[in-house]
Amino acid sequence: MKTYDLVVIGGGSAGLAAAISAYDNGVTDILILERDKELGGILNQCIHNGFGLHTFKEELSGPSYAERFITMIHDRGIQFKLNAMVTHLSDEKVVEYVTPAEGYVRIQAKAVILAMGCRERTRGAIAVPGYRPAGIWSAGTAQRYLNMEGYMVGRKVFILGSGDIGLIMARRMSLEGAQVMGVAEIMPYSNGLPRNIKQCLEDFDIPLFLSHTISRIEGKQRVNQVTIQQVDDKMKPIAGTEKVFDVDTVLFSVGLIPENALSEEAEVKLHRRTKGPIVDESYQTNVDGIFACGNVLHVHDLVDWVSQEGTKAGKAASRYLKKELVEGGSTIDLDAGIGVGYIVPHKVNPDNIGATVECMFRVTRTYKNVFVKVYKDGEVIKTVKKRAMAPAEMENIVLKKEDLAGCKKNILIQVSEEQ
Amino acid sequence: MYDFLVIGAGISGALIARDLSKYQCSVAILEKDNDVANGVTSGNSAMIHSGHDPKDGTMKLKMNLRGNEMWEDLCKELKVDFWRNGAMVVAVSEEELPALHKLHKQAIDRKVPCRLLNHDEALAMEPNLSDHVVEAMDLPTTGLVSPWESCIAAIEDAMNNGVELFLGNKVEKIVKHADHYEVHTTKGVYQSRFVINAAGLYADKIYGMVSDCTDWKINPRKGEYFILDKQNPTIVTRTIYPLPSEKGKGVLVIPTVHHNVLLGPNSEPIDDPEANDNTYDALEYVRREVGKCVKNIPMGDNIRTYAGLRPTGSTNDFIIEEAKDAERFINVACIESPGLASAPAISEYVLNEIISKKFDLVKKTEPRIERRPWIIMNRMDMDAKQELVNGDTKFAQMICRCEHISEGEIVDIIHRNCGATTVKGVKRRVRPGAGRCQGGFCEPKVVAILARELKVSPLDVLLDGDDSHLLLERTKG
Repeated sequence: MKTYDLVVIGGGSAGLAAAISAYDNGVTDILILERDKELGGILNQCIHNGFGLHTFKEELSGPSYAERFITMIHDRGIQFKLNAMVTHLSDEKVVEYVTPAEGYVRIQAKAVILAMGCRERTRGAIAVPGYRPAGIWSAGTAQRYLNMEGYMVGRKVFILGSGDIGLIMARRMSLEGAQVMGVAEIMPYSNGLPRNIKQCLEDFDIPLFLSHTISRIEGKQRVNQVTIQQVDDKMKPIAGTEKVFDVDTVLFSVGLIPENALSEEAEVKLHRRTKGPIVDESYQTNVDGIFACGNVLHVHDLVDWVSQEGTKAGKAASRYLKKELVEGGSTIDLDAGIGVGYIVPHKVNPDNIGATVECMFRVTRTYKNVFVKVYKDGEVIKTVKKRAMAPAEMENIVLKKEDLAGCKKNILIQVSEEQ
Repeated sequence: MYDFLVIGAGISGALIARDLSKYQCSVAILEKDNDVANGVTSGNSAMIHSGHDPKDGTMKLKMNLRGNEMWEDLCKELKVDFWRNGAMVVAVSEEELPALHKLHKQAIDRKVPCRLLNHDEALAMEPNLSDHVVEAMDLPTTGLVSPWESCIAAIEDAMNNGVELFLGNKVEKIVKHADHYEVHTTKGVYQSRFVINAAGLYADKIYGMVSDCTDWKINPRKGEYFILDKQNPTIVTRTIYPLPSEKGKGVLVIPTVHHNVLLGPNSEPIDDPEANDNTYDALEYVRREVGKCVKNIPMGDNIRTYAGLRPTGSTNDFIIEEAKDAERFINVACIESPGLASAPAISEYVLNEIISKKFDLVKKTEPRIERRPWIIMNRMDMDAKQELVNGDTKFAQMICRCEHISEGEIVDIIHRNCGATTVKGVKRRVRPGAGRCQGGFCEPKVVAILARELKVSPLDVLLDGDDSHLLLERTKG
């Protein structure tokens, strides 16, 4: 069985950054396995701009952003395989993959970085009543048809969910000549980035119906109508609030789910809330030598943060391979308190961090003028004022090594109305 | 002139046509849709009931008991899945015990294998049963099939052995002649000595084309279901029945041969025999009721909902007989639950008890052409998979990431008798789109493969019915 020091599963934004970072930290025996016909992952269908403001200080399209990383892969001579689907991963880091070029292949990795990304939640998963005809897609699938295959999927469109892909597709379909009749969002606030609400809906006069859901889809062969309804605080449709739209297409942008079927095969433990692996400060999972980063770990809203996480995971994997990571020792749990949905990483071994550790988290609802408080063993050690926070925007807080010193139980982060 | 025309390519018609293909006679199937197994056969609970439930003296009972004996061998011949997973009827309160005991006695009288279990015994066999279970009846002969895969395989097998299939032929008129029938469809005219009316939800309308009798009609009922993502092991191994009430068998928890889990159905009368939509109230009802017998149901793993329509007859029993005023016109109608379980027995009965009295059924002398099973790579070992890849690298091009289905498997089921021509047709044969992403990743690839293999534009590829186009035009580019 052929062996590699590092196998990166997924050649999207997380996997590319991880491979480059591992290489730059001294690991050269790397293999990236990518299931699509080119590197870049979902970036290849994101032809709109707005990528890379943080990483490159300029606004790039998805493919251009990917190209920068792909060039770095080529420059370093990092090996990759395309049309390569990983069919099995074991906790011993045996990777089974299949490609038309080689057939079925089994390789042994010394370390593995999981970077498989996420999938879209579907209409079926949220059980929207009505018929099941042609004309119903998740927004990302419609985006692939339009931007990669070159086909228009609809002329009159309604969109459920104000996630970013849905908003981007509202603009994309409008530019292509379709009429977007509206976007319904079941929550009382949008789940997309504020800039996308402005640029994709307001600039195109597309109405956003907050606290609304699609309660029915009509059409036996192709969609011909949707009904939306306002929902109460238990998310139940309110009778008498029905609005009907004649449309031929419904797009769903109702959430993303990390793709962890392979991780589960390798006995990687997943977090109840993120649906991604539970990782430590080095992005290492419970399985020795298996790391995770990007949307397979938790769903991000900006690709820049995905690349950044990939870079950190790649560096950590290189330290693991060089046996620089301290095993065991005392780890400190990072726990989500009131108002916080989750924190990544989920735990920290202070011996393995530099001067600081960055904690990414999401809040559970919108907040205005509140304080994020960090508790060490129940004592407040840090308070940060926040003018506004929303679940759609990832927050971060940086802890210093000395913040963690002497911690016996846990670090808790929570939102408080009072200073 | 055919000897036999079967109207309707559901499981009943498919098995009758296949059984006839063993004899020296000419057989054709007329189907209104563009694929087979498209109506009642594609929307039910997929269960092979034991026969404990139907009323005494009914055709339902007679056919169910015999059908349960026949399915396992039939699946072996067709090379499709069969799983004798067993079932349990559970009583969740003391008040339900008399009904359970009555069912138990009924099962014993019918020689249906069964056993009463106390709370601890039941929970030991199915740990996710509700803690409220007082007693349960184990029914080990209950089984599962994939209804549409069985139907498609039966028609493919029948076609391999001489049966013709005409899709897109909606019957509009039937002219009765002295010794034959002339069946007019939307596409042509077919002549046949015998007509077998297996038209599912429309059987009463087809019957009405040759008869003035109004001795039965169909009052369709709808049942709605949730489908949960694949589980290993499934939350329950056996199918779990609540005790039946006047509204039907109640909401069941049903594993599938693919290790998904079905939750449902409800049962509501409907007027429109095409109204297979899901409704808010029915889904809420299923959600509410399903926890009655089973705990820890992972509702968050729901991947799809669907609705099935049942051709409930006004007599509440199957109608399997030669029409009273139309000789050689055989009704196989009102085949609602336990219709799937009964299907092989119904076919046997139609040939042995009805057709053989009017037609000399002589076995074919030439050997039967066996059906080649679908290629299912995710059930093969590495060597077997590699051997396929060595023959054709399409078996190494993965199309479906949820269930690991290759391009080779999809191409194979397009180029067969009764091959797939639509996205749904591909899904029902080899399952891309049946997994947790529901086609989000694979659908564009399946569309491209269908277009290439059928030599049509992707714009002409259909999701399902003739007007279910997916793509509307090229982008401006």
